[in-house]
Amino acid sequence: MLRRLATGLVVLWAAATAAYLALLAAPGDTVDAIIGDGADTPLIRAQIIQEWHLDRPAVVQYLDFLWRALHGDLGRSYLLQRPVAEVIGGQLAPTLTLASSAGVLGVVLALVLAITTRRPWARRVSSTLELVLVSTPPFLIGIILLSVFSFRLGLFPVSGGQGFASLVLPAVTLALPVAGVLTQVLRDGVDRALDEPFVVTARARGLGERAVLVRHALRHALLPAVTLIGWLFGILLGGAVIIETVFGRPGLGQVTLNAVTSEDMPVVLAVVVFSAFVYVVLNTLADLAYLIIDPRLRRS
Amino acid sequence: MISVRDLRVTFPVGRTVVEAVRGVDLDIAAGECVALVGESGSGKSVTARTLVGLAGRGATVSTSRFEIDGKDVRGYGERDWKRLRGSFAGLVLQDALVSLDPLRTVGAEIGEVLRIHKAPGDVVSLLSAVHVPEPSRRAKQYPHQLSGGLRQRALIASAIAAGPPLLIADEPTTALDVTVQAQILDLLAERRAAGETLLLISHDLAVVSRLADRVLVMKDGRVIESGDTASLLAAPAHPYTRELVRAVPSAASRGRRLSSTAVPDSVALDAEGPPEGAADSVVIRAEGLRKTYGRHTVVDGVDLVVRRGEIVGLVGESGSGKTTVAQLVFGLVPPTSGTVAFEGAPWTGLKERRRRPRRRRLQFISQDPLSAFDPRWTVRRIVGEALAGKSGAVPLLERVGLSADVLDRYPRQLSGGQRQRVAIARALAPRPSLIICDEPVSALDVSVQAQVLDLLADIRATDGTALLFISHDLGVVHHLADRVLVMRDGSVVESGPIDDVFHHPQHEYTRALLDAVPTLEVSQR
Repeated sequence: MLRRLATGLVVLWAAATAAYLALLAAPGDTVDAIIGDGADTPLIRAQIIQEWHLDRPAVVQYLDFLWRALHGDLGRSYLLQRPVAEVIGGQLAPTLTLASSAGVLGVVLALVLAITTRRPWARRVSSTLELVLVSTPPFLIGIILLSVFSFRLGLFPVSGGQGFASLVLPAVTLALPVAGVLTQVLRDGVDRALDEPFVVTARARGLGERAVLVRHALRHALLPAVTLIGWLFGILLGGAVIIETVFGRPGLGQVTLNAVTSEDMPVVLAVVVFSAFVYVVLNTLADLAYLIIDPRLRRS
Repeated sequence: MISVRDLRVTFPVGRTVVEAVRGVDLDIAAGECVALVGESGSGKSVTARTLVGLAGRGATVSTSRFEIDGKDVRGYGERDWKRLRGSFAGLVLQDALVSLDPLRTVGAEIGEVLRIHKAPGDVVSLLSAVHVPEPSRRAKQYPHQLSGGLRQRALIASAIAAGPPLLIADEPTTALDVTVQAQILDLLAERRAAGETLLLISHDLAVVSRLADRVLVMKDGRVIESGDTASLLAAPAHPYTRELVRAVPSAASRGRRLSSTAVPDSVALDAEGPPEGAADSVVIRAEGLRKTYGRHTVVDGVDLVVRRGEIVGLVGESGSGKTTVAQLVFGLVPPTSGTVAFEGAPWTGLKERRRRPRRRRLQFISQDPLSAFDPRWTVRRIVGEALAGKSGAVPLLERVGLSADVLDRYPRQLSGGQRQRVAIARALAPRPSLIICDEPVSALDVSVQAQVLDLLADIRATDGTALLFISHDLGVVHHLADRVLVMRDGSVVESGPIDDVFHHPQHEYTRALLDAVPTLEVSQR
């Protein structure tokens, strides 16, 4: 476990360093890169040079950057005239709500589908559906859902980030591709587990089919699914950028998009480091989940 | 208790159907031990599982009579079968490492049976009933934390938890070491003595002869012969049964052929002993071999000599270090200390590049040739590579009893016996002076095993190729080897000429091993 933590720290350090190098490698003066599309006055330039220690040697600049990042100080956005931590923190809640509800919905949907569609015909229908969901870009799913449920039926608001009703369509849009892939992985895992001898033993005890699935096979199928947790995070974050735009929701996606298009480097740097942080945390959790699911991986 | 007439089971395979069981009649009376004997594909397991309604996915079962406890079960649906499973019959499968859910504790697995059938009793007393020491601690452990014998006992405990009158044991000791097998057989014998009914499925006639009152011999989905165990095995009427009994290797079978296949003209029959005048030409000499991994000593001071044309057996239970010895001799792993000399020249401590020209003189055959072949290579290419550009693939295949038909097949399209023959052909191609055989017949059916053992004996007799023959099966080693080394915990506890060691064992471990081997006494004439 200690090794896992150490690896996580190395990943974080590498992400921060890579982001910092990208800043240095940006065309033109580093000060210009940090200002981005913001107001360019001698006063602001002096502020930037002082904050980033641009008048000191490069090593000091770099170490200082790491030191500040370690303390959660991600610098200041000169475009928005606010500390970066505040910019991200303020928009974190809507994105977390969206990503976590989409993640939970996707996982639940996948579990239900993988267990209930065991009959050949249900399986065929579900497999086709999964394939369609996996291969459709999320924004297209979003637009279709919008036009049906908002424009035609008027069940949900078209845009905005207020209240539960505005969360439903974006969450469903993000959850569907996730459910598609996870169902495929889970079903494959269940199929393989059902071919194992312990399933014959379980059935020979008089255990019902549903119980064989839920109590025995599903747990085995979870192992490959847990591996996908890192991928899941990528889908949810990358998806959030697009989905928040499609549905006009505030959130980290909007912040990232604006920062990139207006070349607000401090915010971009912070998003990269923050993403790496969440990624490391989730993968560490996945490793813990392995140990909980499979006792064979625990060291006695 | 059970009465089945004209049992037929078919499985859909692609667009056709395969008949796994073709008209089996089976009666089991209370208190009886009945055995189904047959080789792989004979339909014995399917027959047994059909008795609890678990013939398999997509199976079609038809019978003219199917009664359990006098009740007609032919119209039974899944719900009715579910009630019978576990309460009427318990099922014990081969290897508890995979036959118990590896993600659950053995206590949870046993407790599940009690809960399903609302049976009285508790996990701990069930575990102690099958003689598991420290039952309350073991109940909290997972299958992989238990030894092979303990988890097989736990599996039996789960099968008998709901107190079923019938226990179906499908190859219950096949994956176990011989001493552990003896303990499990004792446990089953104990239950039988207590008046329990037992249906035993096995490929091993010796195991069957120890337990069963009655034997049914199955082949290709049919019962070809049945009768009480002693008289059937002593005087088998059907040619196939005779062949099976004859094929069992043992001390008594030394020097005679096990299989009834024709002997090639070029092969001499007297395969006894190494060729004359070659007695002192040493092929391989290993001295003081030691191998440690971390703090773990796997091989501890093994000395080994194999002379030209000699077959040396290396026996031991799993974990005794015999496979590591093979790897050290073959040069796959370097020893921690000790040396190996091959054909009089140093073999260990050399760079692989310098060893390579001599590699061809030293060959290896493993238990599972399927994983030792490139699955995308045809037999022609596999054998052709070993011949290194020389022609002669067909005569080589004919020597190992294969015809040119197999040349363009892939390994997975061959039967287990054919695959092992190709592996032997590949090993023979460079005319080696020594072939290391690591459990070469352990995965084979007894009649195929007999043919392969005969082939190895022939090769030694004609080519003078020496064999280092590693096996857990004392009968096989006694049949084939000239000398034997008995290994335990990384060391050789006893060695010498085979008859001396096996008939007059000096070390207590050798004695324990030999006592544990179930023997087919009726066949020793």
